Amino acid sequence: MTESPTRGPRVGLFATCLMNVFRPNVGFSAVKLLEDAGCTVEVPANQTCCGQPGYNSGDYDAARALARQVIETFENYDYIVGPSGSCMATIRHDYPVLFHDDPVWLPRAQELSEKAWELLSFLTDVLGATASDAHYDGSVTYHDSCSGLRGLGIKGQPRTLLGEVDGLKLKEMEDSEVCCGFGGTFCVKYPEISEKMVEDKVRNILATGADTVVGGDLGCLMNIAGRLKRINAPVKVFHTSEVLAGLADGPGLAGAAKESD
Amino acid sequence: MEIRSKEFKERAVFAIHDASLQQALGKARGGFVGKRAQQAAELPEFEQLREEAKNTKNHILDNLDHYLERYEAAVTAAGGHVHWARDAEEARKIILDICKRVDAKTVTKGKSMVSEEIGLNEALIEHGMEVVETDLGEYIIQLAHEPPSHIIAPAVHKTKDQVSDLFEAAHGGPRKTEVADLVNEARRVLRDKYFRADVGITGGNFLVAETGSSIIVTNEGNGDLTQTLAKVHIVTSGIERVVPTLDDATLFLRLLARSATGQETETYTTISTGPRRAEDLDGPEEYHVVLVDNGRSKMLGGRFKDMLRCIRCGACMNHCPVYGAVGGHAYGWVYPGPMGSVLTPLIKGLDNAYDLPNACTLNGRCASVCPVKIPLPDLLRELRHMQHQQDITPVMQRRALKVWRYVATRPKLYHALEQVGARFLSAIAKNGSIRRLPLASGWTDVRDLPAPAGRTFLELWQGKRGQK
Ligand code: SF4
Repeated sequence: MTESPTRGPRVGLFATCLMNVFRPNVGFSAVKLLEDAGCTVEVPANQTCCGQPGYNSGDYDAARALARQVIETFENYDYIVGPSGSCMATIRHDYPVLFHDDPVWLPRAQELSEKAWELLSFLTDVLGATASDAHYDGSVTYHDSCSGLRGLGIKGQPRTLLGEVDGLKLKEMEDSEVCCGFGGTFCVKYPEISEKMVEDKVRNILATGADTVVGGDLGCLMNIAGRLKRINAPVKVFHTSEVLAGLADGPGLAGAAKESD
Repeated sequence: MEIRSKEFKERAVFAIHDASLQQALGKARGGFVGKRAQQAAELPEFEQLREEAKNTKNHILDNLDHYLERYEAAVTAAGGHVHWARDAEEARKIILDICKRVDAKTVTKGKSMVSEEIGLNEALIEHGMEVVETDLGEYIIQLAHEPPSHIIAPAVHKTKDQVSDLFEAAHGGPRKTEVADLVNEARRVLRDKYFRADVGITGGNFLVAETGSSIIVTNEGNGDLTQTLAKVHIVTSGIERVVPTLDDATLFLRLLARSATGQETETYTTISTGPRRAEDLDGPEEYHVVLVDNGRSKMLGGRFKDMLRCIRCGACMNHCPVYGAVGGHAYGWVYPGPMGSVLTPLIKGLDNAYDLPNACTLNGRCASVCPVKIPLPDLLRELRHMQHQQDITPVMQRRALKVWRYVATRPKLYHALEQVGARFLSAIAKNGSIRRLPLASGWTDVRDLPAPAGRTFLELWQGKRGQK
């Protein structure tokens, strides 16, 4: 809205469902990081879900209906960026597959696919941003979310950015690349298996001795945070963007507010 | 083998609470994963080989009839016989007929997943034959009257203590507790069987079209003794296992050992071509190959063709966190893990294995290690799609999807509901989370639900920036 002499890209922020309901702070962190890196950020009101729940449940028609809505809403931006490897992998990889035999929507899906970025990799790979003026007091371990890691090749980017944060000590956990057991509806359909998986994940987190765990997908983070809380483990859970934006000063996910709410 | 995949959920929960199973699984996982990673790292062209293997397999599958015909001609020229089996029943009948004709009393078997697939052991035993599994793992589970729980390490779910007990009961003690002693005991018992065997049955890791050879790889040499000492050697194999040349076979052999057990090569790689010739020192008098279709040619023409590239290395299950949590028996049929979750519904019917494609987080680790780059998560999702189309998906889920679609395609309604949800959850939360939520017990039975802040991001954003 403020005109700058060298106008950066116009970015449509994809406000993921989980972020919108459970963690608005991640949205504000994303906006701050993008604006600090020179982008003009808008949050179109006509957005809902990327459609992945339908797609992964085998309801391709429903997924296509949602995909068309996302395409219409975001295709006029330079980029569509979201703080989730999972949703953004859906837009980048699955939309073109969903419309593979649709001559009208395929080109539009492909065009959006090329402009779709997960937040942190967008900051590093497209904008060349750094996290040099961020500060965080604590030791942090990073969980590689599966869709970000294997779907979008996100591995080094968040670690590089976290490594630049003043005061932050990065501690790698064992099996950081192994699924935490969230898996969308999987975690409620197969709770016992999910429990075993998140138990393994939490054990590896605790073994690092880190006081904070971060990651790029709220689904995994809610699963991990919920489990840590259940076993009364005092490890804070934040989305990576909150730490990078300097907005990780409040309670983490499932964390109780200290003074007021 | 009877399919019990419908009991997946119960069997999975049972497995999770089985302490010795969990102990065995934990040990195996670390070993396989670490060794494979090391082998992959030490071979600079490993990723390139995977790509090559994928392309070669695709070429073979596109020309499968051609290579199978060439293979059959070469086997026949070498003095062997090729039999074609459309399904499990035909395959069993062909093998039974051969065994009956030579009046077989004892049948030794090298490890063969296809023989499990067609339920061969039960059929032979029913006809009065003694069937002896000669792979140590298979031997152990045969004593335990259990099916394999892994395609290359069939007894991976057993602890050493359990093996000691089984051997003591079967061989009459004294009870051995050292691995070396246990192995020697098995060796002594099995050696006698090899010499008595009338028929030796093995699988075929690869069938070579140019030479008519079958190739098996083992770490124990049991396959060699099985196929050379008996009067008759029968190879059971899926029709997709043919490769054009010996050169092609080496490409897959390099990938197989590294992906399966993290070895550069398995200890024994054995190539057999036809029966014993006049100048040979040993070998069987008859050599038969039973080529089993059992649903494969149907896959060839459809969206699951990629699955036919599988070389049965087991890497996908070694890297699967769900398999790691529940072990192989939970899957309820012959093939467990990611590859089994694709194959079982395709061979045994979508509605006989509803859970298998669904009990997966689609985390993709399996596909990232598969030596022939099978997109396993995509195939599992495709199976979910078929279940959805065929109304096999539970009614509640179908209804939920309909409601979700209705709401999610109406942004104003969606946001209003999100606002209600955020306020409600925030109101019932204590200390930042919710302990019990009856409608979401699948979530709250095992973990807290982190509480929302109360207002949604879109609400707050519009308040702040007033943007459209
Ligand atoms: S699907 Fe791939 S990884 Fe799994 S057994 Fe087959 S070849 Fe190996």
